[in-house]
Amino acid sequence: MLSDHQKFKNQVIDDHLKSMKYSFTLFIALLASWLLWSGHFEPFILLLGLFSCIFSLWICHRMKIVDEESAPIQLGIRPFTHYAPWLIKEIFKSNIEVTKIVLAPKLKLQRNMIEVGANPKTELGRVILANSITLTPGTVSVGMEKDRILVHALSFEGAEEDLSGDMDRRVCRLEGK
Amino acid sequence: MDLLLAATETNDSLFNDYALVVTSVAILVTMILALIRAMLGPTVFDRVLALNMFGTKTVLLICVIGFLTNRTDFLDLALLYSLMNFIGMVALLRFSEYGSFREEGAEIGSSAKS
Amino acid sequence: MMVLISILTWLLLLSGSFFAVVGGIGIVRLPEFFSRLHGGGITDTLGAGLIIAGLLFQGELSLVTVKLLMILFFLMVTSPTSCHALARSAMTQGFKPVLEVDTLDSNKN
Repeated sequence: MLSDHQKFKNQVIDDHLKSMKYSFTLFIALLASWLLWSGHFEPFILLLGLFSCIFSLWICHRMKIVDEESAPIQLGIRPFTHYAPWLIKEIFKSNIEVTKIVLAPKLKLQRNMIEVGANPKTELGRVILANSITLTPGTVSVGMEKDRILVHALSFEGAEEDLSGDMDRRVCRLEGK
Repeated sequence: MDLLLAATETNDSLFNDYALVVTSVAILVTMILALIRAMLGPTVFDRVLALNMFGTKTVLLICVIGFLTNRTDFLDLALLYSLMNFIGMVALLRFSEYGSFREEGAEIGSSAKS
Repeated sequence: MMVLISILTWLLLLSGSFFAVVGGIGIVRLPEFFSRLHGGGITDTLGAGLIIAGLLFQGELSLVTVKLLMILFFLMVTSPTSCHALARSAMTQGFKPVLEVDTLDSNKN
């Protein structure tokens, strides 16, 4: 009985700590973006900025959107160092393919729809995967079930690339600890 | 190559300005093409797609014009425009889908939050 | 060094403009809504990306660079989101894409 109670209490404290962590991250991000976009460093204006950051944080708390999705600190900077370069390369490749299709004197379309598996565990991971699929032209993610993404592709090459599951593995690695 | 060297050494900023002018003309051409699609578009989604593209090009055009006139505070406006574009498009889609801006209950195709 | 930066700027800006116009042509030329999404995708990714990359080399390293990178990041996050929202909302309203799964090049424009 006592242990149950203790467990519940620990859970509450744990949740609280977690929420503190994400609130802190969000606050730092807000403050950084405020400083970046304002470019003024007089004390009065800095104070105003601090107040607006606190106000925004309060609104976010009221809307209950402060969690691992709004302040994804658990990903660290790996999205920028490991994932983005590969994604940029893919974007270049598929852009050139679609450009060839669009500029050909006679449109040679091979439109098809496929379903690819989405293995990332968290919702954030699935959103990153679906957005990456859309970001590479030639493929657009149209619908999303639990662990399947419905993809509309302009050519077979693009569809095959998605079916190979390379992107899926990379996003899984991204969210894995 | 000689011409290029001479141009860059004598008047570098002017030389680069030509690139900015060419870019803004290209962006304007793209905006016109998007407008053509918005006028032709048989369905409402074609029009929204064209509108979205028009908004993105507006952001880019503001950036380029800001650099052309050496007023980099235009970048703040560009970010504001991109925010407005995104929110406006989502609002428009929601309006065309449900006929009002109310919060929907069960959505088709979206995974339920646990 | 100045020449190099100048050439790089020209290259990036011109290729960005090229891809932007190609996307514009795509959005007018492709036959139905779901294919036109791909045309819009070209301008939103490589067109915007290359033009902003070209602008990065225009100014010296300062707050402006960070602002440009923020704008690029924001565009890269929002454009697929709105694209997906558009496609999904079209699907839920009953628009079905035209497909040629079994026919290779029988498309008549």
